[in-house]
Amino acid sequence: MTSDAMVVNGKEPSYLEYRGKGKGLKSWIFSTDHKRIGILYLCSLLLFYSVGVIFGFLMRLELIAPGRTIMDPQTYNQIFTLHGVIMIFLFVIPGIPAVFGNFFLPILIGAKDVAFPRINLFSWYLFVTGGLLAILSITLPGGSADTGWTFYVPYSVRTGTNVIFTVFAAFILGFSSILTGLNFVTTVHRMRAPGMSWFKMPLSIWSFYATAWVQVLATPIIGITLLLIAIERWFGVGLFDPALGGDPVLYQHLFWIYSHPAVYIMILPAMGIISEIIPVFARRSIFGYKFIAFSSIGIALFGSLVWAHHMFTVGMSDTGMFVFSILTFLVAIPSAIKVFNWTATLYKGSIDLKPPLYFALGFIFLFSIGGLTGLFQGTLAINIQVHDTSFIVAHFHYVMFGGTGFGIFAAMHYWLPKMFGRMYNHKAAKTAFWFLFIGFNTLYFPMFIMGWLGMPRRYYDYLPEFHIYHLISTIGSWILITGLIIMFTNLIRSLRKREVVTENNIWGGETLEWQIPTPPPLENFEHIPTITEKPYEYKQNEEPELEEIK
Amino acid sequence: MNTQEHAVSHVHRDDIASRMGMWLFLFTELLLFGGMFFLYSVYRFMNAEEFHVAAKELNTLIGCFNTAILLTSSLTMALSITAIQKDNKRLSILFQVITISLALGFMVNKYFEWTTKFDHGIYPGSDTLLAKEPGEILFFGLYYVMTGLHGLHVVIGAVLIGVMTRFTIKGVITKDSFVKLEAAGLYWHLVDIIWIFLFPLFYLIT
Repeated sequence: MTSDAMVVNGKEPSYLEYRGKGKGLKSWIFSTDHKRIGILYLCSLLLFYSVGVIFGFLMRLELIAPGRTIMDPQTYNQIFTLHGVIMIFLFVIPGIPAVFGNFFLPILIGAKDVAFPRINLFSWYLFVTGGLLAILSITLPGGSADTGWTFYVPYSVRTGTNVIFTVFAAFILGFSSILTGLNFVTTVHRMRAPGMSWFKMPLSIWSFYATAWVQVLATPIIGITLLLIAIERWFGVGLFDPALGGDPVLYQHLFWIYSHPAVYIMILPAMGIISEIIPVFARRSIFGYKFIAFSSIGIALFGSLVWAHHMFTVGMSDTGMFVFSILTFLVAIPSAIKVFNWTATLYKGSIDLKPPLYFALGFIFLFSIGGLTGLFQGTLAINIQVHDTSFIVAHFHYVMFGGTGFGIFAAMHYWLPKMFGRMYNHKAAKTAFWFLFIGFNTLYFPMFIMGWLGMPRRYYDYLPEFHIYHLISTIGSWILITGLIIMFTNLIRSLRKREVVTENNIWGGETLEWQIPTPPPLENFEHIPTITEKPYEYKQNEEPELEEIK
Repeated sequence: MNTQEHAVSHVHRDDIASRMGMWLFLFTELLLFGGMFFLYSVYRFMNAEEFHVAAKELNTLIGCFNTAILLTSSLTMALSITAIQKDNKRLSILFQVITISLALGFMVNKYFEWTTKFDHGIYPGSDTLLAKEPGEILFFGLYYVMTGLHGLHVVIGAVLIGVMTRFTIKGVITKDSFVKLEAAGLYWHLVDIIWIFLFPLFYLIT
């Protein structure tokens, strides 16, 4: 980070000023301060994200017209695989826990750091190694994997591309994710400030906590599964390949035992962010605190038991299908509880429509569409119709991008001023939101329609009758990317040029991060606070002092 | 929280947190092997007959011997922790060295066991193996992967205990601060426990 992003606050040096042992870059990459690690994650994550966006953009460009447009089919296969691997393992999964969780989890529970600061730094090194491994595999002879991010057997053990590299990257990233989860569970158990009982924790902590458990318990399964793929390819050991007696469907089960819970690793922290933002900008205590808290745990619990709904067409027993379908419907209940509680919090609140709230509302809208279309797919009969079509692609982009992606953007607009002590341009942020929101819907909504009509996913070419939908979708991708450019330019410019913010409480929030200086001092708290109140007591709250910045 | 310190440095000690972190890590290890035990049980269910035949190839004697070695090493590991708790540094180091030697003994046995299999032509991708029934190929695939990964854990565990021995000699691990040694011990017991399940599944059920 640049030196001019520093603000002096009283006597305690802020974490941005305190350099520790080294200088320059060294003071960052060897720092065990959870705040600096959070920012390391943020920078590397955005770098990987931009690569993922470029791949997505190229895919959409290829699909603008039937037949070959800009690349050959093999390149297309590799690009959609890398797009999936990067976006899932390098952006959406670590997005909120590793960046904002690392930065704010200790602050929100009144601690000075996480339980294992060095393991925390180590997890970032693993993250970067895994990320580079995945991306650099493009340059190898044979090229990067072309299997899709699911690495389904038997194709993944037979294709000539460098699958080992990509699965090994995913394995390392999984390890990084486990270490973050392990750190958070221990931190929440052991390091809460005096008086912060479980029901006085901010709701984002509940989300991070539930997520951390899923990270710890589900990730090893994909770790071993991907490792087995690598071993099978490398040594020719018979494990999943039907030619050697193996069962490819078993691979799919093992894969989804992790990868479905992983969906909740992705969405739960975003829900936590929304639960923080909504009460602050509605100036009301959150409606149904305990319901939201327990629904996080409920989602983590049920979410771990629904994996086979990805496999309704592989030929399971009817009983199995029935059970997994029912469980899939059940998992919608805790999600719906959250949505209703957020809207109930907004009801009769004195709403202050600042940029973070724009993104939070965008989240609720897009997540609701994504969530409800998930129920379509959980219905056994409809699943047969939409399985492996672009309907699925639309659904999970609404949840993963419209949900978690907008959650990350909301968190950025909410917390970046706190992290750096600089305020971005509100008008540009709102403009970016509308570009993103409109672009997003133009990009993904047509996929619902053409998927319903039978457009298969992952296809390089298509029938002329789908042309119009693909065309609209590709135009949507341009609008979306324009929005991204406006948003990131605005945020990055704010770090260099925009107004310095020194108020502790930028938005008028009641949680602990707003009680400490901006940007936070090295040790977060001069004295560990004693917590006596619930996290969202808005009765005594005054109006925020900060005027809207033009 | 009695563990919070007001010192400026990040040094802060919380043994309960360390133990908790270690246990969580052990859960992940159990689940890692759990995935493979899951594969084993499904494939055994699908190919009961062939698994039965293939298991006869394994040398129960070496298996028994290795089980005895690992169980003893778990004992010496536990003893080394008790010794340091009683402030007997030399005895603790001695027990740690015995544990490492037993781990090496285990690996030597494993080496001879695997090379004998290789001499018989049973290794992944070999013609002898590929000529067998699919169920037997799966059995040996799982055998190599599961005992191999377990062997890797034995090596990691031994290295870890080696580092602990160094810490004990240097005085980092003492009567009042032995949580690191305890964590290494927990890891070693995990390695032991996984073997206790691997042994009957591959060697005894014939």
